[in-house]
Amino acid sequence: MIFGHFLKQGLASRYVQVAVLILLAVAVMVPVLNLAVPPGNPFHLPDHWVPLLGKYLCYAMLALALDLVWGFCGILSLGHAAFFALGGYAMGMYLMRQIGSRGVYGNPVLPDFMVFLNYKELPWFWYGFDNFWFAALMVVAVPSLLAFVFGWLAFRSRVAGVYLSIITQAMTYALLLAFFRNDMGFGGNNGLTDFKEIIGFDVSAGSTRLGLFVATALFLIASLVIISSVVASKYGKILVAVRDAEPRTRFIGYRPENVKLFAFVLSAAIAGIAGALYVPQVGIINPGEFAPANSIEVVVWTAVGGRGTLVGPILGAILVNAGKSWFTGVLPEFWLFALGGLFIFVTLFLPKGILGLIGQVKASARARREKRAAEQQVLAE
Amino acid sequence: MNDVMEKTPATAAGSQHPAQREHKAKFLLYLSGVSVAFDGFKAINNLSLFLEPGEMRAIIGPNGAGKTTMMDIITGKTRPDEGEVFFDGDIDLTKHDEADIANMGIGRKFQKPTVFETLSVEDNILLALAGQRRALPALFYRSNAADMAKIGEILDTVRLSDRRQDLAANLSHGQKQWLEIGMLLAQKPKLLLVDEPVAGMTDSETEETAKLLREIAREQSVVVVEHDMHFVRELGVKVTCLHEGSVLAEGSLDHVSSNQKVIDVYLGR
Repeated sequence: MIFGHFLKQGLASRYVQVAVLILLAVAVMVPVLNLAVPPGNPFHLPDHWVPLLGKYLCYAMLALALDLVWGFCGILSLGHAAFFALGGYAMGMYLMRQIGSRGVYGNPVLPDFMVFLNYKELPWFWYGFDNFWFAALMVVAVPSLLAFVFGWLAFRSRVAGVYLSIITQAMTYALLLAFFRNDMGFGGNNGLTDFKEIIGFDVSAGSTRLGLFVATALFLIASLVIISSVVASKYGKILVAVRDAEPRTRFIGYRPENVKLFAFVLSAAIAGIAGALYVPQVGIINPGEFAPANSIEVVVWTAVGGRGTLVGPILGAILVNAGKSWFTGVLPEFWLFALGGLFIFVTLFLPKGILGLIGQVKASARARREKRAAEQQVLAE
Repeated sequence: MNDVMEKTPATAAGSQHPAQREHKAKFLLYLSGVSVAFDGFKAINNLSLFLEPGEMRAIIGPNGAGKTTMMDIITGKTRPDEGEVFFDGDIDLTKHDEADIANMGIGRKFQKPTVFETLSVEDNILLALAGQRRALPALFYRSNAADMAKIGEILDTVRLSDRRQDLAANLSHGQKQWLEIGMLLAQKPKLLLVDEPVAGMTDSETEETAKLLREIAREQSVVVVEHDMHFVRELGVKVTCLHEGSVLAEGSLDHVSSNQKVIDVYLGR
């Protein structure tokens, strides 16, 4: 009942309604176009497109998560890919345990890299990851816990603005270095790969990939509705208030550190889920996912789509990544220049991103209509 | 928020004579021998100030006299190096932070109007309304008639009823000042600290503001920091003149403004 009201607030936005409908349509149409339309038909969706589109939706979820903290609370996190990667590693550990004795070395318990590195037994932190639900819990719990500890320390010490951005960047860099080490027990440089099965299904089978795609679309819809509801609630107003005038909220009696902490943890949890959905679709997770540049790219997607609009970052992530796939095929060496140029262009000419542009066009059309109506009235008189 | 309201008896009061403690209990706000220095510069120097319940007080003084620092100390933003700061008899304000102090009933208006620009006028007041201050219950808050009525009442008082649904960013400077005063009223504080409420206001806005503050002072204690002597005269209350972090003179405006030391300070002699 109380939760129903909460979700209704989130669905009140027209943009969110449209986005949910489009995403639902995509979740239905991708399997239909892939399975029901025969190959050769121009509407057939080739098999290799399915995980690619799934990857875009995972990125969209990550950008959406970033928008909650950056767009609505002014926390410019330059380390959000770390939460994504941690969720990915939790899922990767589950997938590694599922390989069992089918690995190259045929060890029923130890993953290949551990046999190779002369591990005698499974490290304690790998316990339980053979169970899907335990792994699923960790997908949410590990990024949330990191966000909680990090946020608790940073927000309590009133670290904000550029300083906060820099330490989030340092956080993901520290994790990058740590996960590169072989003795960390996460596969070092090579990461986790060669997955075979996910909850009993062959990860490379077309049907599993479609299943993962649909699951990603549904998780993205759920995340959008939940974040939209959070933002529309009174809590969301407090969040915006903290962004606009933090000292004022303090002198009214709120604790901005707690307000920020909740948004930060929720955002990290969603980023973790996005990472967990990403790993089985791309088939690998390695420390490169922690690279600081990855987190910065997420900021670019969000800015391109429209910071603080929720739907915008989803659009931005999909468009920029589709552009990246195309561009790296045609002119691979120029992609980073194009991305940098895009960011500068958006910052200078589209400060509210693509969605902000749509809003502007609509507003100016309305103004023109009103002006014409007023003129006609004058003429009639 | 019960733990917030909990009194802190033992600390400073314990070592004192009972008579002194009783003396303290008489005042809503009790500052005694307060000093604070920033990098060796004494912003507040052995300042003592006593405010009775229900009193309105005007604080004047040239730039750098320590007016804003004094407010920072009362609201928990700055910790004094020495001295006692008590609220409502026996609450030691030096032991609490901004949010605690706000919840105990001290509201503060900044010199520069500080409202939530991207929220509507109504939402600005809603967030300030006395009550729940925890983050998570706010997720499931439902708008209700009682709160809406309270918001309406406050907007009537601060003359902003017709701007209720507008964004705060679209208000004029004077209206933002009033909105901020409205937010203070919504907090239902026992004590209001108001920093230069009429800076940048037109004459008619200034008069309206003086009227508004006198209305508020009927139910709440108010401390007003102001440069504008015309405005202070309009308030018609006891005046404290600060200079270099301590009290230079205290009394009616006429008494204070005829004080030779005050004249010297203001004329820079």
